[in-house]
Amino acid sequence: MTTENNITKADVAHVASLAKLKFNDNELEKFTGQIEDIIDMVNTLNEVDTDNVKPTFNVTDQFNRMREDVAVRSGDKEALLANAPDTENGFIRVPAILDESEEA
Amino acid sequence: MKFFDISVSELHQKLVDKELTVTELVSQTLDQIEADQKVLNDFITINRTDALSKAKEIDEKGIDPDNIWAGIPIAVKDNIITKGLKTTAASKMLGNFTPIYDATVVERLQAHDVIIIGKTNMDEFAMGGSTETSFFGDTHNPWDHTKVPGGSSGGSATTVSAGNSIAALGSDTGGSIRQPASYTGIVGVKPTYGRISRYGLIAFGSSLDQIGPMTRSVEDNAALLNIIAGLDERDLTSSDKEVPDFASKIGKDIKGMKIGLPKEYLGEGIDEAVKAVIQEAVQVLTDLGAVVEEISLPRSNYGVAAYYIIGSSEASSNLQRFDGIRYGYRADDVKSLEDVYVKTRSEGFGDEVKRRIMLGTYSLSAGSYDAYFKKAAQVRTLIINDFNQVFENYDLIIGPTAPTPAYAIGAEVDDPTTMYMNDILTIPVNLAGLPAMSLPAGFVDGMPVGLQIIAKPFDEETMYQAGAAFEKATDFHQKHPEMEDK
Amino acid sequence: MNFKTTIGLEVHIELKTNSKIFSPSPVEFGDQPNANTNVIDWGYPGVLPQTNKGVVEAGMMAAKALHANITKTQHFDRKNYFYPDNPKAYQVTQADTPIGTDGWIEIEVEGKKKKVGIAEMHIEEDAGKNTHNPNGYSYVDLNRQGTPLIEIVSKPDIESPDEAYAYLEALRQRIQFTGISDVKMEEGSMRVDVNISIRPIGSEQYGTKAELKNINSFNFVRKGLAFEEKRQQKILLAGGEVRPETRRYDEASGETILMRVKEGADDYRYFPEPDLPSITISDEWIKDVEAKMPEMPGKRRARYVNELGVTDYDAMVLTQTKEMSDFFEAAINYGADAKLTANYLMGDVNAYLNDQKMDLQDTKITPENLANMVKMISDETISSKIAKKVFKAITQGEEPTAWVKAKGLVQLSDPAVLTPIIVKTVDDNEQSVADFKNGKDRAVGFLVGQIMKQTKGQANPKVVNQILMKELNSR
Ligand SMILES: [Mg+2]
Ligand SMILES: [Zn+2]
Repeated sequence: MTTENNITKADVAHVASLAKLKFNDNELEKFTGQIEDIIDMVNTLNEVDTDNVKPTFNVTDQFNRMREDVAVRSGDKEALLANAPDTENGFIRVPAILDESEEA
Repeated sequence: MKFFDISVSELHQKLVDKELTVTELVSQTLDQIEADQKVLNDFITINRTDALSKAKEIDEKGIDPDNIWAGIPIAVKDNIITKGLKTTAASKMLGNFTPIYDATVVERLQAHDVIIIGKTNMDEFAMGGSTETSFFGDTHNPWDHTKVPGGSSGGSATTVSAGNSIAALGSDTGGSIRQPASYTGIVGVKPTYGRISRYGLIAFGSSLDQIGPMTRSVEDNAALLNIIAGLDERDLTSSDKEVPDFASKIGKDIKGMKIGLPKEYLGEGIDEAVKAVIQEAVQVLTDLGAVVEEISLPRSNYGVAAYYIIGSSEASSNLQRFDGIRYGYRADDVKSLEDVYVKTRSEGFGDEVKRRIMLGTYSLSAGSYDAYFKKAAQVRTLIINDFNQVFENYDLIIGPTAPTPAYAIGAEVDDPTTMYMNDILTIPVNLAGLPAMSLPAGFVDGMPVGLQIIAKPFDEETMYQAGAAFEKATDFHQKHPEMEDK
Repeated sequence: MNFKTTIGLEVHIELKTNSKIFSPSPVEFGDQPNANTNVIDWGYPGVLPQTNKGVVEAGMMAAKALHANITKTQHFDRKNYFYPDNPKAYQVTQADTPIGTDGWIEIEVEGKKKKVGIAEMHIEEDAGKNTHNPNGYSYVDLNRQGTPLIEIVSKPDIESPDEAYAYLEALRQRIQFTGISDVKMEEGSMRVDVNISIRPIGSEQYGTKAELKNINSFNFVRKGLAFEEKRQQKILLAGGEVRPETRRYDEASGETILMRVKEGADDYRYFPEPDLPSITISDEWIKDVEAKMPEMPGKRRARYVNELGVTDYDAMVLTQTKEMSDFFEAAINYGADAKLTANYLMGDVNAYLNDQKMDLQDTKITPENLANMVKMISDETISSKIAKKVFKAITQGEEPTAWVKAKGLVQLSDPAVLTPIIVKTVDDNEQSVADFKNGKDRAVGFLVGQIMKQTKGQANPKVVNQILMKELNSR
């Protein structure tokens, strides 16, 4: 796979929309340049032969660590709600959700 | 009472002997921190009221002679969650955030009657190497106020370096404990991945992050690690390995110890004067009987690239929870849900954080995953293999902590790629999950330079042994910044 | 032009563990909003997930129940998307290493049996719940956040709405027998998303899929798919193109309605969850879990037929739900006759449940009480007529033996008691004796009626008949 393709302002704007960030045109210009520089630096990885190399996603020495299925009630409901910017009747309140295609 | 020439155990003895009460100790510590805060800006929150009331409690209870940490005030980096005490990660996003739970390390400190004196300044969400990206302003290096203290644990490094706190906690994702320790002339340790619970550490790169102690001496450092290390049921990546007394080998000589010096760590891009300091350190270790040999970590030069992909990818996901809905900052005048997300995040995060989120989001997005994220994870495997190979024949690896001493504030903040290269010597350690230390090894133009000692996984004891031997043979740790009229 | 239909189903099943999949908060419904939450459920800064071993074991049971292979080494992945009910803005799921792969279940449509393949099943966390209010706000309750789910993805083997219906029935039945979930669509513990495409017969390439989301019952799944089949056919026959759409089924009109057209694939930026170590499942662990697993319906059916002498049909009905099957077995264990118990469960009990619109476990009928009633019928303590009254009593929670005694409903079977009554009745009805002699069978019925009247219905009809015939013949 080639990774030499340049990053365009449109690419950066698309990534920003995935990350729920918005940039004005000046910022977009600056970020595109900086990310291009970083990607150039990152592309040096292509010098490394990684054929048949297993990726490492984690360096913990643990495996099969699990919790027993025991329920504990936190009692933190009020404290949690107190930290939320907007609440009503025990619910967290947000401006109306228009897209109802929920995920799971 | 500046903490330049006193160890934690000596301070403890004073408390036991009632030469000093905890209240006196804490109030003097608070006074000196507050006196320098304007110049250094090393704290985001100073915990005066609570620290003093804790001090009173401990005075009333009496000092346990077997617990050297009883009543000792320490500073905690502001990305470590403290219940009831504002925790911001130096971000506008959490500018007014008061947690409702304690990090595991905080619980362990409190179980030892340690007093949290305040929350230290840092790069926003620990992203940066200079403590310039903090929403609360930059921190100044006590050795030269025009210079950065390093980062991201710059506030913790600064308060210890200035003699205002005897110890502090930092966190290290790509060098964020060791590099500021090097820039400010103190001892900073990143333990093995899994040694310390990450529960309550605001996540940056989850597979890289570790909390660690920052102190004036090697002995104090091991003593602090002793009380915070060990398995935690709330962090399933924390290790179930038995926790030894990390100080158990301190004082033993290092005759015959085999130490590797990677040629890549003294290669291109490393300041010549820094190289000279390290060469002298090699001589010191050799004089102490260690066998120092040149080795190679051939893939270490790719560490920075792999790190920026992996760390930023994890960060992009970890920081998605800051959305203005459940806690923290929410932008004003939000008319739609999309506004809540986009305005909050665009206003709440600073530029460096946004850059990493963008890079990480890009690396993980459709069509980029294999070329970037997976590729970086494969290179990570090779970097680990390089270390494993060396550790078959060597007890430790040494080198500089950073390529240069502290640089001028403002010099690199808008040049991310140059800034990122400052971490070239510390990053491979995080990628491999190894323990490593930076300790004072000399000066270049009056600024401290650190020696990095890297050990095998879970062999912090040998790292402390060598560090203590070096410290004993040198006097760099006894030097301290003159704070007057800077 | 004739078309071939391809249907895929993604079924989410909520597990009834004690605690959530990655946090110790209780899994409970109907509490006050946000009452069952903690800092982990809220995605607080610094918190870490803690995998619930019970969920992994439930996943193993589901894999076993659906004839799937259990993946030996597993990890979790993050699926990234922003939504108010998704506190971390990522869902922890299994994208790479689903807990089970390559399973199947058998379905039967119009007497034809067919195996439907299951591509994979994975364990993951449920999201919270958003409530939309016309006042311009939505309200978020995180009680459901972190509830364990198993998502079961079928292979594209289902070729008609009826097969989809049968698949869901079979799937629900098998999962229900494992005991890991209530699998109730009306309560949201089973949720179904379906996709359907059609293509001209002979065409190799699948058509464009439409997805139907959030359907409330198996029946609506069938109706929605049938509507969608026709809708797509119409489009293709008119020379049009089916668009990739998300649609919903409208119960009132019986039609599917467009929710949104899918523009390009969503970009979830999956990557391995770094906060959780991998899980390795040993053969020993699988054996342990298998030992804990309840017997599946097929095995139960065979046992009922071979060991208990129940008919094939009865065995099938009894194993329709785990509650019924467990109830049946419990009653048998109290010593009740299997066939008679089966008859009562399929007859009076089912009629009662239908009438009351209740589930067996929500009634006052207990296996012990039903067994005691059946035993009294078997040993002729009560007549089947009296049994109707007794059944009513056990639906009220009465213990039948005591109740029958208290009400004086024990059947009269003693000839010494019955003979004088019968003789007197015959004496008093000379005309009936004459009718009997003249071959009028009706006379016997009349006399029995008289005897029953005098015994308040408690006389054992069999014994009465015997004595009466002897008496009549002797006149
Ligand atoms: Mg899924
Ligand atoms: Zn799902």
